[in-house]
Amino acid sequence: MKQNGNNGKPLNVVGKPFRKVDARAKCTGQTKFADDIFLPRMLYCKILRSHEPHALIKKIDVSKALALPGVISIITGKDLPIPYGILPVSQDEHALCIDKVRFIGDPVAAVAAIDEDGAFDAMNLIEVQYERLQTITSIEEGVMIDEPRIHEYGDGGNVHKKVSLEFGEVEDGFAEADLVREDTFFYEGNTHLPMEQHAAVAHFDSDEKLTLWSSTQTPHYVHRALTKVLEISASHIRVIATPNGGGFGGKSDPFNHEVIVSKLAMITGRPVKCTLTREEVFYCHRGRHPVLMHIKTGVKKDGAITAMHFKSFLDGGAYGSYGVASTFYTGALQTVTYEVPRYKFDGIRVFTNKPPCGPKRGHGTPQPRFGLEVQLDKIAEALSLDPVEIRRNHLVKPNSVTANYLRIGSMGLGACIDKVVERADWKNKFSWPVTEPRAVASGSETQLEWQDPLATARGSVTRKLPYGKGIGIACSSYICGAGLPIYWNNMPQSAVQLRLDRQGGVCVMCGSTDIGQGSDSILAYIVAEILGIDPFDIRVVTADTDLTPVDLGSYSSRVTLMTGNAAIQAAERARELLTIAVAEKLKVPIENISFAERRAFDVENPEVGVSFAEAVVLAESKFGTIGTVGSYTPPRSPGKYKGAGVGPSPAYSYSAAIAEVGVDADTGMVTVERIWIAHDVGKSINPVLVMGQVEGSVYMGLGEILMEEMSYRANRNVVHKIPSMLEYKSPTTMEMCDVKTFLIEDPDPNGPFGAKEVGQGPLLPVPPAVANAVYNAVGVRVDEVPITPEKVLKALREKSKGRDGRFGPESIPSVDWPEPLRVLTPDEGGDGREMPRVSVHS
Amino acid sequence: MNQKSHISFTLNGETAEVAFAPHKTLLEVLREDLALTGTKHGCELGECGTCTILVDGRSILSCLMLGLDAEGRRVTTIEGMAEGGRLHPLQDTFADLGAAQCGYCSPGFLLAAKELIDKLPNPSRDEIKEALSGNLCRCTGYIKIYEAVELAAARVRGEAMELPRESLYGCE
Ligand code: FES
Ligand code: FES
Repeated sequence: MKQNGNNGKPLNVVGKPFRKVDARAKCTGQTKFADDIFLPRMLYCKILRSHEPHALIKKIDVSKALALPGVISIITGKDLPIPYGILPVSQDEHALCIDKVRFIGDPVAAVAAIDEDGAFDAMNLIEVQYERLQTITSIEEGVMIDEPRIHEYGDGGNVHKKVSLEFGEVEDGFAEADLVREDTFFYEGNTHLPMEQHAAVAHFDSDEKLTLWSSTQTPHYVHRALTKVLEISASHIRVIATPNGGGFGGKSDPFNHEVIVSKLAMITGRPVKCTLTREEVFYCHRGRHPVLMHIKTGVKKDGAITAMHFKSFLDGGAYGSYGVASTFYTGALQTVTYEVPRYKFDGIRVFTNKPPCGPKRGHGTPQPRFGLEVQLDKIAEALSLDPVEIRRNHLVKPNSVTANYLRIGSMGLGACIDKVVERADWKNKFSWPVTEPRAVASGSETQLEWQDPLATARGSVTRKLPYGKGIGIACSSYICGAGLPIYWNNMPQSAVQLRLDRQGGVCVMCGSTDIGQGSDSILAYIVAEILGIDPFDIRVVTADTDLTPVDLGSYSSRVTLMTGNAAIQAAERARELLTIAVAEKLKVPIENISFAERRAFDVENPEVGVSFAEAVVLAESKFGTIGTVGSYTPPRSPGKYKGAGVGPSPAYSYSAAIAEVGVDADTGMVTVERIWIAHDVGKSINPVLVMGQVEGSVYMGLGEILMEEMSYRANRNVVHKIPSMLEYKSPTTMEMCDVKTFLIEDPDPNGPFGAKEVGQGPLLPVPPAVANAVYNAVGVRVDEVPITPEKVLKALREKSKGRDGRFGPESIPSVDWPEPLRVLTPDEGGDGREMPRVSVHS
Repeated sequence: MNQKSHISFTLNGETAEVAFAPHKTLLEVLREDLALTGTKHGCELGECGTCTILVDGRSILSCLMLGLDAEGRRVTTIEGMAEGGRLHPLQDTFADLGAAQCGYCSPGFLLAAKELIDKLPNPSRDEIKEALSGNLCRCTGYIKIYEAVELAAARVRGEAMELPRESLYGCE
């Protein structure tokens, strides 16, 4: 199949492990992150944050603070009255709270002073009087308690969003099933914890134009928010995203500190910087939503799914953020791995008085993936099927459309599964555990052995791994960019401009933001491949709203696919101009001209040619200055129903992971020894960078399943328990497991050179693979993330008392779900639109 | 206003003098008073290792050391790791293996790793993990960092070691 950019020639750059274009700067301390910017006369900003979780602001007195020497300006909510937010439907944030605070950490006032210490002292002199309101602390309370409302909008009470979609009749599917299982899972919230704290510097120059440097993943949306809140024309605002010291989704919203320093720079006429403390980063959050899930799945004896009904309950925290999208994402991608012919989704997001949740690596999909993959394991056991078979035998087909109208292109999950199963030696390690281990004399020692429930079928009577050791598998898929942009329009989602100069220099300009994933380098590799030059010959200019054409930002794993395609188009257009000029000069047909090794030459007579720089001179002499553009707009999705905007993507990546764990039944400690992971990346633009993303994703998934959690003191104050890196446990070198990475390349026709995403997808299978391995090791199910030693011990204790060896949520709140939007599936002859609603009030 | 204190010390091989408010940490002095922003911070509480530098050849957390205590000491920051434009072998292997993704933790890791291989020219994987256990990285999962340290150590020992194919292309 033809892929964009690939004209059948051998590839010289794409697929090779080149250094990143910024690697040298990063290894020599030369990369300028936002907090590394120091400008003459710069002021320092500190933000006073609420210590009340939910309260009305009665009075703010800044007089003492203003009197402090060195304090230049103090602003409060009335200085920035216009609300903003990342989604057009949730414009619910103010840079500084106006009349109400909604969580501990909500910003209330901001100081600009000549030094940081002075700003800090002044901040502490600001007096705020609050009137406390009742707090909403959990999903259950958000569903049950209507008053007081945290926000005055949403789907009633403290419900932000409620959705209900049904594709085909799920009840028919359950009736056809041989087995119907219902399970409840909980995935605790956790946070991005980028090593770099957010920082922003604003400067309002003598032309009365504002420049903001910020560690943001989405300069385009910050640009939009500033234009709205500051009420100045977009053409007078320049947003430059500095290289991000890690993002993972945590720097994807427009943030209050960005608005605040901009306003203070305008008021004071001096540059203003704000760098968040680590504690403040925990309040900024926008991390993984805590999600409670209930899954009802019907299957045939061979494990084929007949229907699934998925319910998710999201604890959104205090603001909307990406929450509406997150809610839909908890129900969107269940259908893209295994065939799900009928599917129903109910989702609800509630507001609570906690730091707002938003997108973290995998955005809204690791939670349902965890539930789905663990439930599938339980189903496999109930049906005496191997967990590999139940997955491998029912894969979604490539080039198909799912029940909820997601169009699948390339689909390498089968190859991923085969690879990890073989390399992990699954067949010789996996067996189902049953009730209790029994003592077996072996030589002079007594060993514990568990009987295999499939014993007769498999001719084996013992566990293959000793008690306390286990192996588990899980699979997953992720989008390569969202089909629809946040602001629906017909413009491209990504654009690239190329400028070639007569000395042979090439400059690539693109709005994309490098957050460590290597997006700057991807642009250079792709342009270098097409123009036959070295990636290090190229100058890459990115993430600057004055200089670079719009790219929507580094989120939803969209960057390689979208900027890559835009870069291909721009580079091919430039190559075409050069080709015409060179062919004329060499007097050979156009189709004979090829580019490689910094030359343009006649393929039939390769020594006849010109240098790349000469080719540019020829083209410039003929056509004038050589500059080209390229852009990318994703294909239209077949889904047309309301809510079809979340889930469609130009392509889907696939991963399969096997985890091998040790569980200490005395302490409950889980040690992950090794993870084998295969990821279908379509085509590696640079394999060493792809591996880095896979390993980093495995690491982050491991942190989520074993230890990471946002937790709050168990009282009505909703105080964050652990706003520090010491207390928020994340894996160090001592906890990180061994990883065996396999890159599977099933090129996708929509990807640049066939490439698909890798930044987020490989996180997804890790938590459920570990959970399944824990069960395999000691026979207890922890249906909750993270799996901490206490939970394992509780489940073991239950089991030893003869009860269900399980730790996890028992029930879900009762919700008045709306009548679902009904959509006929493609198999039922649906056209992607919802069916007309039957009115009940006629 | 505080009176400024003054110290002189050896910074990246050169004599340096600087005046600063006496309560400042060495991290702040380096970044704010000496404009050496290569040293990063992730917590300023001694929790993340991002601010690691070498003082008299030993790794320390510069967020926990007062600037005043640097008087007369030999301080090495990331800016002093390459010699005359030639990257230190660790910097080369970090760059080649993608061990610096966002690169924010990299200065700290590079200096902690330098201390390790200066002391222990042929460290085992476990010794590398142990030596780097005080440095957090959220991007890499540490694996490319281990590989980069192993490869650089071999080069410093003068052994020819090719990058293992598995590290660059994944396992077969
Ligand atoms: S900044 Fe985190 S340990 Fe120093
Ligand atoms: S490379 Fe980003 S934190 Fe280590």
